[in-house]
Amino acid sequence: MKAAMNRKIKKAYPLPKLSSVAEQMPPSGIRLFFDLVLTMDDVISLGVGEPDFNTPWHISQYAIEKIETGFTTYTSNSGLMELREAITDNVRKTYGLSYDPVREILITVGVSEAYDLALRALINPGDEILVHEPCYVSYKPLISLAGGSPRVVSTRKENGFKVLPKDLASNCSRRSKAFVFNYPCNPTGVTYSKKELEALASVIREKNLFVISDEIYHHLSFDHPHISFPILDGFKERCLYLNGFSKGYAMTGWRIGFACGPSPLIALMTKIHQYTMLCASVMGQYAAIEALKNGSEDTVEMKNEYFRRRNYIVKKLNDIGLSCHVPGGAFYVFPEIPACFSSDLEFANQLLKEERVAVVPGSAFGRDCSRHIRISYAYSVDKLKAASERIERFIKRHQG
Amino acid sequence: MDEILKILEKDGRQTPEEIAAQLQLPVRQVAKKIAEYEKKKVIIRYKAVINDELVPQEGDARALIEVKVRPQKDKGFDGVAEKIYRFPEVVSCMLLSGTYDLLVEVTGNNIHSISNFVSQKLSQIENVQGTVTHFILKKYKENGDFFTVTSKDERLPVSA
Repeated sequence: MKAAMNRKIKKAYPLPKLSSVAEQMPPSGIRLFFDLVLTMDDVISLGVGEPDFNTPWHISQYAIEKIETGFTTYTSNSGLMELREAITDNVRKTYGLSYDPVREILITVGVSEAYDLALRALINPGDEILVHEPCYVSYKPLISLAGGSPRVVSTRKENGFKVLPKDLASNCSRRSKAFVFNYPCNPTGVTYSKKELEALASVIREKNLFVISDEIYHHLSFDHPHISFPILDGFKERCLYLNGFSKGYAMTGWRIGFACGPSPLIALMTKIHQYTMLCASVMGQYAAIEALKNGSEDTVEMKNEYFRRRNYIVKKLNDIGLSCHVPGGAFYVFPEIPACFSSDLEFANQLLKEERVAVVPGSAFGRDCSRHIRISYAYSVDKLKAASERIERFIKRHQG
Repeated sequence: MDEILKILEKDGRQTPEEIAAQLQLPVRQVAKKIAEYEKKKVIIRYKAVINDELVPQEGDARALIEVKVRPQKDKGFDGVAEKIYRFPEVVSCMLLSGTYDLLVEVTGNNIHSISNFVSQKLSQIENVQGTVTHFILKKYKENGDFFTVTSKDERLPVSA
């Protein structure tokens, strides 16, 4: 009797109306595909957005020692001063930029949090944020969530998916406030020369935009050294530089990122961060210190391995009918699907069903990307070889 | 080390075509280089790395033996080392710095056969002054390969 009453009470409580903003946000294209892949066995997945290397052992070991000696508390909201100082040193040595560890750096839970904080600290109602497509899946939804309007600057295969200055300029309006830029780019792997960056910088100056530069793949620039956006003339003041430890040091699960930029913006971001996150995990921050102090050889070794795999997979894909440009960095290729397939979703779904290979449909990364798929090469050559043999068989079957 | 050798050292089954693609070299050039390495015995042979922790066999005992040697005139340690490493029981043999001279890895059917090898063959060699035998109980890692940790891909199959 009592149990029956309890059931009745439970049934009687309807959830309140949930946030319409959150409900209207489109689900990530990656998430939908992820659920499908999980239902299948024997899948070779080329859909992973993280390194296949383990975190270098000395980095893990350093964090373990810190845990064992009791360093398990909160840190300051801005992050451990030792880590901020190590970042200052590293950015100075690598790019000749000088950021004040007290006022111009914030340690965050991955670059994702840093990006979200930046938007929340920048956007006022009605502001427009320019973002290139294809781009990382969370760029646009988070702009909307922060009350801004994303405005897309499309990039095209024939230009190697690079943002062209004229396209950036023609998409600017009076409401445009900032440009979100990611290079080396997920999902296209695009990198930029200094000349190309300067051409974009000149439009940005002319249109009086701010820049959020997500350079999380900066270790993985294969054909020329990476050039950081804030080194361009006048851009230390006009740019928020985002980076982290996930990709270059194989530390995705540690969730440590950082933002360097003008102190008023960092102060606002820190204020939001202190309410929402308090601080990034202390063990992750210690691991990051060790990574910066003693991990540079690890990043070079991993980069060399990705470089060889890139060369292998680009040749292989072009040979089997998935035409792609040579990506200058990151660990993705973004090939075009053959004409006999109606869309990226059809290609990816059929490939998964028929050959048990998972790739990510291009439309997850932008509205004009339905003729493309993203292939990650964060896998051994052995795996890449097995997967490309399956893809080749699949394409041949469909081309008749 | 040459990039071709680095790749083959990790995975001896990679073909010249695959290696050429990775290094952005012509296939013929890579194939020629490999043939040269094979001819000069830079590449001695290709073999599989077997995790014998997963296929334990009767009659597969192993030991590491420290060997103290009196060096010979003109030949130094090389003459004695050769007398040791020529035995088929010897899997590896290295000259080391430190408190002893040679480190010798041997296999045998069991502890007794290794003991017999040490007492009746190894210690009888002229200029071998003493031995210390350590039986291998468990192999964790060898030549960069883990023997106890499975290398399962723990990553989510699809992520941004």
